[in-house]
Amino acid sequence: MSEGAPVNAPETLHEVTLVVNGVRRSGSVPARRTLSDFLRHDLRLTGTHVGCEHGVCGACTVLLEGEPVRSCLLLAVTVDGAEVTTVEGCCRGDGSLGAVQQAFQECHGLQCGFCTPGFVTTITAYLRDHPDPDEPAAREAIAGNLCRCTGYQNIVASVLRAAELRRREGA
Amino acid sequence: MTTRLFGEPVQRQEDPRLLSGQGRYLDDLGHDALAAAFVRSPHAHARVLDVDVTEALEVDGLVAVYTYEDLEGRVGERLPLLIPHPSLTEPRTAYALARDEVNHVGEAVVMVVARDRYVAEDACDRIRVAYEPLPPVVGVAAARAADRLVHGDVPGNVAAHLVEEVGDARAAIAAAPHVLELDLQVERSASMPMEGRGVYARWDADDRSLRVYSSTQASTSVRAALAAKLGLPLDRVEVIAPDVGGGFGVKIVHPWPEEILVPWAALRLGQEVKWVEDRREHFVASAHERGQLQQVRVGFDDDGRLLGLDVAFWHDNGAYTPYGVIVPIITATQLLGPYKPGAYRCEWWSLYTNTVIVTPYRGAGRPQGVYAMERTMDAIADELGLDRAEVRAGNFIQPEEMPYDQGLLFQDGRPLVYDSGDYPAGLEKLKGLVGWDDFETTRERARAEGRRVGIGLACYVEGTGVGPYEGGWVKVETDGSVVVATGLTTQGQGHQTAFAQIVAAELGVPIERVTVTTGDTRRFRYSVGTFASRAAVMSGNAVGAAARKVRHKALRIAGEALEADPRDLEVVDGEVRVKGVPSASIPLATVAVLSNPLRYAFDEQAKLATQFAGTADLSRPPVPEGEEPGLEATGYYSPPRSTFASGMHAVVVETDPETAEIRVLRYCVVHDCGTLVNPMIVEGQVHGGVAQGVGGALYERMAYDESGQLLNASYMDFLMPYSTEVPHIETDHLETPSPLNPLGIKGAGEAGVIPGMAVFAAAIEDAEGFRISRMPISPSELHDLRLRHAAGEVPPLRRHLRHHDDQEDSG
Amino acid sequence: MKPAPFIYHRPESLPDALAVLAEVGERGKVLAGGQSLLPLLAMRLASPEHLVDVNRVPGLDGVTVEPEGVRVGALARHTRVERDGPAAEALPLLRQALRHVAHPTIRNRGTTVGSVVHADPSGEMTAVLVLCDGEVVLARQDGERRVAAPEFFVGPLESAVAPGELATSVLFRRPGGRTGSAWHEVSRRHGDYAVCGVGALVTLDDDRRVVGARTAYVSMGDTPAVLDLVDAVGGAPADGADWAAAGRLAAGRLRPDADIHASAGYRSHLAQVLTARALREAAGRATGVPEAA
Repeated sequence: MSEGAPVNAPETLHEVTLVVNGVRRSGSVPARRTLSDFLRHDLRLTGTHVGCEHGVCGACTVLLEGEPVRSCLLLAVTVDGAEVTTVEGCCRGDGSLGAVQQAFQECHGLQCGFCTPGFVTTITAYLRDHPDPDEPAAREAIAGNLCRCTGYQNIVASVLRAAELRRREGA
Repeated sequence: MTTRLFGEPVQRQEDPRLLSGQGRYLDDLGHDALAAAFVRSPHAHARVLDVDVTEALEVDGLVAVYTYEDLEGRVGERLPLLIPHPSLTEPRTAYALARDEVNHVGEAVVMVVARDRYVAEDACDRIRVAYEPLPPVVGVAAARAADRLVHGDVPGNVAAHLVEEVGDARAAIAAAPHVLELDLQVERSASMPMEGRGVYARWDADDRSLRVYSSTQASTSVRAALAAKLGLPLDRVEVIAPDVGGGFGVKIVHPWPEEILVPWAALRLGQEVKWVEDRREHFVASAHERGQLQQVRVGFDDDGRLLGLDVAFWHDNGAYTPYGVIVPIITATQLLGPYKPGAYRCEWWSLYTNTVIVTPYRGAGRPQGVYAMERTMDAIADELGLDRAEVRAGNFIQPEEMPYDQGLLFQDGRPLVYDSGDYPAGLEKLKGLVGWDDFETTRERARAEGRRVGIGLACYVEGTGVGPYEGGWVKVETDGSVVVATGLTTQGQGHQTAFAQIVAAELGVPIERVTVTTGDTRRFRYSVGTFASRAAVMSGNAVGAAARKVRHKALRIAGEALEADPRDLEVVDGEVRVKGVPSASIPLATVAVLSNPLRYAFDEQAKLATQFAGTADLSRPPVPEGEEPGLEATGYYSPPRSTFASGMHAVVVETDPETAEIRVLRYCVVHDCGTLVNPMIVEGQVHGGVAQGVGGALYERMAYDESGQLLNASYMDFLMPYSTEVPHIETDHLETPSPLNPLGIKGAGEAGVIPGMAVFAAAIEDAEGFRISRMPISPSELHDLRLRHAAGEVPPLRRHLRHHDDQEDSG
Repeated sequence: MKPAPFIYHRPESLPDALAVLAEVGERGKVLAGGQSLLPLLAMRLASPEHLVDVNRVPGLDGVTVEPEGVRVGALARHTRVERDGPAAEALPLLRQALRHVAHPTIRNRGTTVGSVVHADPSGEMTAVLVLCDGEVVLARQDGERRVAAPEFFVGPLESAVAPGELATSVLFRRPGGRTGSAWHEVSRRHGDYAVCGVGALVTLDDDRRVVGARTAYVSMGDTPAVLDLVDAVGGAPADGADWAAAGRLAAGRLRPDADIHASAGYRSHLAQVLTARALREAAGRATGVPEAA
C-alpha cells in the first residue's frame, strides 16, 4: 500500500549539524535518515553498527549529550545541534584505547566485534555515573545490549576491569 | 624475547581495530554503491501470477527492477545443490528470483536497485505481485501426515530418507530385560548473528574482473559458484569475506540468491551494487535449524547398560534443500555420544515444509542427537532407580578402547572413529565441579525454604576438524615481518591471533610481526570454509605446516650464510643464530633477502644482505632446480578422518513454585578439545555456545502459525538472552590430544551449545518431578505441564515417587 | 527496514505545533521520544505523510508535583521522571513502575506521555495512569480538553487522541489516605514487555485496616484493566489480610489473551499470584506511611 509522502521527486534535504566526538560535522539529509545511517554513511563513522533497526539489540547505541540512546531510533534531523559520542570517541586523544576498550581487550570481551561499540558507549556512560559496580550491578548495566558471541561472561568482567583501570587513572 | 606462545592466552591482534570503531564489516564498505532490496513473498505457499512494476518506475532514484524473466543463462537456473547424498532422493532448490511459485514467506520475487536503501524500499513498496495462495504445510507433524504437499512432485514431503544400522537393534531390544519408549520434540531456532548477510560487488570493466565482498563463511566456494553462474573465468573473480559480525552456521550456505543477483546486477549496470540484509529479512530469508520430532526405543539391562537403541526422527528441512541433509546425517551419527549403544538403528526422514530453509546452526544436528540420547539416559536411570551419572559412566567408551569405531559413516563420508578421549575423567571432573554427589543436601535445604531446585547433566561427543583440507601460506618479508594467509574465514574466533601464535611459535618470531589474512581469495585460493569446528584443526595445522617449511628453508639459507650446519641453528626473536653462540646470527629479514637473488638493491635490507653474498656456492644457479625465490611456503593439512572432541555440562536450576519462572543457579562445563592454541579464545567460544544453549533451551523458538506466517520475526519477540539471562559459567578443561594432527588439537567452536537442551530438560525435570520431552520450555509451558501433571496426564518421575514414599515412611 | 518518506515539521512553539497538527490532521503523526514510533516507521507498519517533531517545543518537559498529584510534561523522558526525587516521594508508584519500562537506554529517550498516548496494553505507564485515576491534557489549536484515564484507552494501540491534538501533559493523581503502592511483573527477559504486570494501591485506616485495595494490569487485555478488590480484603489488618483471596478474585475478573509468549491460563495464574504479591507489598508500605494529608 502506498502511503507516506510522494516519491516521484527528490526528497527535501535538511541540513544537520552535530558535534561528534568533539568535532563539528554537517550533512544534508532527508528527514527520514536515521542517526545511525547519518553517522555511518554521511559522516563515514562506521564504528556504530546496525543490528536490528528496531531498538532491541543495542549495537547502535551512542551517547547523546552524554546519555546512551539507540541511534537507530533517532532521526538525524531531530538531534540537529546536539553533541554525540560514538565508539570512535571513546579512544583517548592520541588514538589509543580508552579504559573501557582496553578492559575489553584484556578480558576478551569481544569476539566478532559487531555488538561491541554499543557496549563500549553504554559502559563508558555507566561507569561515569557508577564508578564502582559489583558483579550483579555490572551484569545489569549491560542487560540492554545483545551479544551472540561471548555469552556475556567476559563483558561483565570487562566492566569490572574498566572500573579498576579508571580508578588507577584517578578518574 | 620470544615467550612460549602456543597454548598461551595471548591478547587478540584484531581487538584494537575493532574496539576503536575501525572494523570493516560489509556495510562499512561501498558507501557509493547502489543499494539493492527485494520484494519478498508474504505467502507461505502460492503461485506467482503477475508482477506489476509500473508504480515503482516513478520512484525518484530507482535504477533497475529485475524479475525472473530478466535472469539470463545460468543465473536463471535453479540454485545448486551443494552437498548431494544418496539419501537425498528428492532435492529441491529455489530460483534466485521466484519463477512460478513461492514456498515460504520471505522468498525473493523481485530485486530492486536504487540510489540508496531507503529509495529501494520505496520502490519495493510500489511493486504489485499477484499471488494465488495455496494451502501451506507447516510443522513436522503436518509434513509427515502429508495431507498436503509442499512440492507437488515430492510424495509424502520426503526429501530424504535413511536407515543406518549397526547390529540388530530390534532383536536386542526384544530380548532386553527392560524397554523404554520416548517421544521427544525439539523446536526450531536459528543462528541469529548480530550482523546479517550482505553482498557488495564491483565489476572492473577495464580489467574485466569481478570483486565481491560477502559476509560469508566460505569465500572460496562463493567465488567458484559466481564464476560458474556468471560465466566468468575463475581467475577473474575474487571474493573477500571482510570483518564478519558472527556466522554460527547461517553464513555457510552459498550461493544465496542475493550472492548471485547482486554481482550479476553490478555487471549489467556497470556500477557497484551493495545489499545489506535487514533483520526482518534475516528472519524470513536466511536459514533456521533444530526442529525435529523424535522417537526412541531402548533396551537395557539391570545396570542400565544399553543393549539396543532404535531411533526414528523426522527432520524439518524447510522449503528447499540447497545445503543437502547434513543436519540429520549429523544427528543420526552424533546421537551416539560417548557411549557404546549395543546395537543401533537410526531411521530418519527429512521433510519439506513451507517455511524458511534449514541449514546448519552451531551444533548442526548434534544438539538434537544429544537431546535424544541424554533424555534416554535419564529415563533409564529413573526407571531403574540409579544415579544418572552412574548409568552414563557404565555406558562410556573407555580410554583404553580408543580409537573406537562406531560402525557408521560420519558427515565427511569417512568412518565414525573416535580418535581419543577420556570420558570417565571428564565426568569425574564435572561431578566435582558441580558437586553432583552432594546435591541432595542442596535440594533439601532449598525445600526447607520452600524453593524448588533441580540438577541435570549431559554428555556429548563432537566430531570436528572434518576435511577434506585447508591450506596455509607463510612468507617472511624482507623487513622481517611475516604474512600468513589461509582460505577459510573468520567470524570472531580470533583466527588472526591463534594462527599467528602457531606461526610465531614455529618460526621463532615475535607475534607482533605476524599478520594473518583469512577468507580472501586474492591471498589464498584453495579452501573449504569455516564450519564444523574445523578452523583451528585444519588451518592451524596448515599454517603450521607452511611455517615449518619456511623455517626449514630459512635454516638452510642461514646455514650457508653463517657457514654452519642448519641442525646447529635456532630462531629466536626473528634472529637465526648458532645455538650457544648468539653473536653468530643473521636476521630472518636478511635471510628473506638472500632467498631472492635480485640484481637490484631497493632498500636497506638488500644492502645489508650483500655482506653475506660471498658465501654463495658459485657452482650452482642462484635459484637451484626444484627451488623458488622467496622465504615463503604453502602447506596443506588433510586429515584421514575427523577428530572427536567431547564435553559434559551440568546445570542447577530453580523453578518458582508459583510463577514457573526458571532461574539458572549454576552452569558447569568440562570440555576436551585436545591441545589448546589459545585458552582464552577457546573459553570464549564455549561461553558463547553456552549462551546459545540457554537461549535454545529457555527462550528461542521460531513461532510459525498454521498459515506459515512467522509470528516473531523481530528481536522483540524472538527472544535471545541478554546478560541477565545467561548464568556465570564455570569451566574446567581436559586435554586428550588428537593423534591425527601434528598440533594435537580438536575443534571447540560448537562445544558450548551442543548439550544445552538436554541438560536443561534434565534439570527442570529433576526440579519438577515429571518428564520433560519438548524443548525449549517457557514458564507458561512449564505451568501448563504442572497442571497436566496434577491432572494425571503427565507421568511423574519414579524417583520423585520413591522420594515421596521415603518421606512418608520416615514420617 | 527504512521509513517511508514523510514531510517533516519541526515547530518551535506550541502554537506552531498545534497549527501544523490542525492542518495535517490524520495525515500526520507526532514525534516525541520516538522509541515506539521509529520501529513502526522502520517496519513500514506506519507511513504517515507528515511527521510533526515536537522535541523543540519549549515548556513541555516538566515534572511537577501539584496538590493533586504529579504532572508529567509531554517531553519529559522516562529517565527524568524516574530520577525526580519529589515526584518519587509524592507518588512512589511512578518510580516502582518505570524501573520496568524497557531498558535504561530506551528510557533515556522515550517519554512517559508518549508511552501513555501509544496506548500499548503492555506499557506499564498506561496501567499506572488508570490506577491513579489520572488524566491526559489534549491541546488543539482552538483550546484544550482533559480526558480521564478510563476513557483515554480505547483499544490496543488506540487512544482518545483525535487528529490535530497533542497531548501536552498527563496528571498522575496521588491516592488519598494512608496508601502504599507496588508494581510486580513477570517478563520473559529483563526489560521485556510484561507477560503480566500488576500495579497495586492499598489504603489503610488509622487502625491499619484495609479500606482500599485497587489494582491495574498490563498485558491482560486490550486496554489496561483496573480492579477494585476491597471486597476480598476490606477491614482486614494490613499484616493479616487474605491477599491470596484478592488474587483469586482478580484472576476471575480478567480476560487475558494468549500469544506466543504465554497462554491465557498462565496469564490468569500470574495475575492471581502477582496481585497477591503486589497487594501485600503495597500494604506493607502503607503501614509505614505517616498520617496522610
